[in-house]
Amino acid sequence: MIEKKNARLSRVLIYFFLVIWAVIVLFPFYWMVMTSVKKTSAYDSELTPKMIAEEPTLENYENAFKFREGTQGKEGSLGRYFINTIIFTVVTTGLMMLVIVPAAFAFARLQFYGKKALFALFLSLMMIPSELVIITNYATVVGLGMNKGNMTYLGLILPSVTSVFYIYLLKENFEAIPDELYNAARVDGTSDLKYLLKVMVPISQPTIVTIVILKVIECWNSFVWPRLILQGNKPYYLVSNGIQSIRENGFGRQDVPAMMAAVVLVSLPLIVLFLVFRDKIMAGVSRGGTKG
Amino acid sequence: MKKKNNMKAWLYLLPAILFLGVFMVYPLIDVCIYSLEESYAADGTVASIGLGNFRDVLCDKFFIQALKNTFILVIITVPLSTGLSLLIALGLSSIKTVKKAFQTIYFLPYVTNTLAVGLVFMYLFDKTDRTSGLVNMLLGTDIDFIDGEYWMKMLVTSLYTVWIVMPFKILILTSALASVNQDYYKAAKVDGASSARIFRKITLPMISPTVFYLIITGFIGAFKAYSDEVALFGSKLNVAGMNTIVGYVYDMLYDQPGGGDFGNASAAALILFAIVFTITVINLRFSRNKVQYM
Repeated sequence: MIEKKNARLSRVLIYFFLVIWAVIVLFPFYWMVMTSVKKTSAYDSELTPKMIAEEPTLENYENAFKFREGTQGKEGSLGRYFINTIIFTVVTTGLMMLVIVPAAFAFARLQFYGKKALFALFLSLMMIPSELVIITNYATVVGLGMNKGNMTYLGLILPSVTSVFYIYLLKENFEAIPDELYNAARVDGTSDLKYLLKVMVPISQPTIVTIVILKVIECWNSFVWPRLILQGNKPYYLVSNGIQSIRENGFGRQDVPAMMAAVVLVSLPLIVLFLVFRDKIMAGVSRGGTKG
Repeated sequence: MKKKNNMKAWLYLLPAILFLGVFMVYPLIDVCIYSLEESYAADGTVASIGLGNFRDVLCDKFFIQALKNTFILVIITVPLSTGLSLLIALGLSSIKTVKKAFQTIYFLPYVTNTLAVGLVFMYLFDKTDRTSGLVNMLLGTDIDFIDGEYWMKMLVTSLYTVWIVMPFKILILTSALASVNQDYYKAAKVDGASSARIFRKITLPMISPTVFYLIITGFIGAFKAYSDEVALFGSKLNVAGMNTIVGYVYDMLYDQPGGGDFGNASAAALILFAIVFTITVINLRFSRNKVQYM
């Protein structure tokens, strides 16, 4: 009887603890959404922060999009930052797949001289922190003029189109596909390329989707590299840089609700992506994501 | 036959080798050279070579501040986030209803933009002329968390860092706990072992490799802190006194006359690498005695 009571008590305590942490996680999201629908005048007259917007409005979202910053001809706007980020994300992820799929295939299926040594070299590159290579990459990109005009997109994209880790992940996956399939295809006279595209890629689709999603998340949240090479080049800012810039030079201090509207807009795409692909993302991260 | 494969294989690998060569291998060599080039003649050629950059960096009060901030942040956030994640993972593994909903919520910070949510944290803690902010209101205090005392700023930074790194740790620990063989628990229950004892003698040893993995990746991640601080205090971190080692490297390149101080930036980056490398090696040594690998 006492034991049963104890068990119930500990159950209640566990749920209480879990709910508390859930509230801590959710509260910033609640706060940003709630503030983003408050009237600016109402927000500014609150002496103590209010938990609920009394007259919800969407005008802050309109204001966030209307906002322009930078000098004439070198203007930035939230819409522009979104377009830049979408271009950056799509092209980087696409190019990365073109680079890593053939490389993983070569390591998994082809026999060639120096394979072991090269693979060991690739693996050792996984341990190199990006902070160590960013200085030279910055010099390279500036030296090639890839921080000016439309070349800027190349400067943003090129340094992040390879990932040794994803090559490794994909290679493991390709290797798990039975040799018999490959041999049968060779007998039928199927070329390696055709085999890769028609057999291996479709079979490995779950892993490929996971890699794509993880890369999209990474691209969407890029901040330090773009900041370094853009240095005030506002027309090419990505959303993270935009948020930072609006906060420091734009309406961040005067119009907090509009700032929160921008923050909601920037956060929303990834949250939707996560809710749709929840299991894939969590499985992918537990296999290879690192953060924190 | 073999020759043909050779050519083809290298062709498949060519894009990866090209990109890695230009953006990984060459920079690695270059950063070492940069760090040793001390001064330049008027025509841009190197005038002298030596360890002067390292001396300059180690004597720079901003670097010392950054080093101190980073170490404090690591010492606070790694144990706190790992311990808290373990508690939450244990809680999660002992319930059945709404477990999935909790897991989904807990993972959210992983997919959020750190600049965006960091800004929300800043407003929550911020004290302005008009209002002392939500956190002060809840605590009944009147503390300036963002522009005030050093330890208050450090507190907010630590809380935000923990909030950001928890999803990864909870996820990894939950799956580690789920993979412990249930037979051990059944056997322990038959023997009438208390739950505290079961945790100490079965759960902890079984998941110790995972905990250890999280501590290493936690150390590495925390030493590279930067964006979270920018999100909270803005990009002039030296002025706020909240810079980190990575921030110091970037500040050497950002907004500098002549395109940046590459020598000092490289020296600082190499010092960071040396610290992370040393701590990882120490951790690995330590784990060999303490961690049970099954």
